[in-house]
Amino acid sequence: MADPKSLYQEVILDHNKKPRNFGTLAQPSHKAEGHNPLCGDHISLTLHLEGDRIDNIAFQGEACAICKASASMMTSTVKGKTREDAETLIQEFRDMATGKLDLQTPHHLGRLTVFGGVHDLPTRVKCAILPWHTLHAAFHSVASASTEADDDPMHAPIGGA
Amino acid sequence: MNATQPVRKSAAALDLARIRAEFPILGLRVAGKPLVYLDNAASSQMPQPVIDRLVRYQTTEHANIHRAVHYLSETATREYEEARRRLQRFINAGEDREVIFTSGTTESINLVMHGYGRKFIGAGDEIILTTLEHHSNIVPWQMLCEEKGAKIRVVPINDAGELLVDEYEKLFNERTRFVGLTHVSNALGTVNPIKSMIAFARARGVPVLIDGAQAAPHMRVDVQDLDCDFYAFSGHKMCGPTGIGILYGKAALLETMQPFKGGGDMILSVSFEKTTYNAIPHKFEAGTPPIAAAIGLGAAVDYLSALGMDAIAAHESELLDYATGQVGRMDGVRIIGTAKAKASVLSFGVEGVHPHDVGTLLNQEGIAIRTGHHCAQPVMQRFKVPATSRASFAFYNNVGEIDALVEGIRKVQKVFA
Repeated sequence: MADPKSLYQEVILDHNKKPRNFGTLAQPSHKAEGHNPLCGDHISLTLHLEGDRIDNIAFQGEACAICKASASMMTSTVKGKTREDAETLIQEFRDMATGKLDLQTPHHLGRLTVFGGVHDLPTRVKCAILPWHTLHAAFHSVASASTEADDDPMHAPIGGA
Repeated sequence: MNATQPVRKSAAALDLARIRAEFPILGLRVAGKPLVYLDNAASSQMPQPVIDRLVRYQTTEHANIHRAVHYLSETATREYEEARRRLQRFINAGEDREVIFTSGTTESINLVMHGYGRKFIGAGDEIILTTLEHHSNIVPWQMLCEEKGAKIRVVPINDAGELLVDEYEKLFNERTRFVGLTHVSNALGTVNPIKSMIAFARARGVPVLIDGAQAAPHMRVDVQDLDCDFYAFSGHKMCGPTGIGILYGKAALLETMQPFKGGGDMILSVSFEKTTYNAIPHKFEAGTPPIAAAIGLGAAVDYLSALGMDAIAAHESELLDYATGQVGRMDGVRIIGTAKAKASVLSFGVEGVHPHDVGTLLNQEGIAIRTGHHCAQPVMQRFKVPATSRASFAFYNNVGEIDALVEGIRKVQKVFA
């Protein structure tokens, strides 16, 4: 197992403590709620598309450090990017978190690779992915995303007493 | 003292070194550190005598039960029924036929919902549950209410996590048909005053089911003294295997109930015109049961009884008191659930740190705790938290492991400082 402390790196702890783009847009063009019913993580995402470009984005909610930092870094990264570029990042981030992406091959994740270690912690993968999931839902005008939805590729309940 | 029953001062102290040596898994190292297993409320570990019993069954005694006339079938049947009597003695049930093997507490409660609830509870009837219930003692009753048009009334708790017994008594009316009540809260550790609550309900002719999943492993349970109608618990939380649990029910009630599952072994005769059901407990044990698991659970309760439930309760009470003191005096740590009577569970929150982050970082220290809502979301809502961190103790835990927990929490705070 990789050292989970490597996941709790300075950059992640910093984004958890001082989340960027924290709040709600007054007049979003797209929005969605993200839930992880198993751990109670909840984020709401609002964004504004100007043409095909994300000119503003914000998130709010209560979540663990991994989820919150992921949301903070996601919003910082996709702000100003086109929807298409963001969709590419969603795919790449999901693949990285589930261990399907070889980080040696070309990708666009940049400093988001600090979340690369999460795939060694199966119960935490969903925490990292939830914001990206929610962004995907917002693009596709789905009101809410859940890590436990039937079509969720990450479906793997933690459950139990 | 934290148990419902007075702990006898004369209870022999546990020989912890000897006991720990009997649990092979406690020798494990996790993340390069000695395992500190504090997730016993989710599932406990298994001592060598129980492991050996499973091996002996599987290597020299196994065949299907209640069927063939050959040696192995007779041996397996005898050992399975002997296990039932071991469980009967463990909870002091009046008769062995009042002890039904199920897959666990969840199935035990579902059995009562289907067998009793669907037959005797109808539209407009009321079922009393409490805020402290595990989802497994909520959801089956909601399913019943949806089907029948019955209604659930909920007993509230105070800020310490104790049931408001006055409010419980006020919920009773002429439509009250059933009470579902947890003995010990899995999320907070609160020990409920079930004996007087059972007496109150029974005086009004209302049957009571006790969810004993978090009590049976930690204190002496006497179902005749409690006078409950049903008592449900799980094997894997008390040193037994998974996939096995118990439903105790009063014989007179069990006999009036409809079967839950249909199949082999639960019938006397079958034709396409009419099937005659078998007598209790077999009426409720359709199909081939988990024979090995039942025999393993029989060995587990004998193991616990040999240590003495009073000695177990006394030791765990000391552990909980010590942990409450040590964790409680830490800055930025809040204990959730401060009932006067508690057993085995310490739920807490670390200020500014989500429980899942606490859990992941403690795991790095080799410490296993549970984080999440503990399948008790109404409790989480009551305390306005999405989740808690929960350390839960068993008799094989020691003070050194609690010191490790405290040190681990300090490290978590340092990471998030």
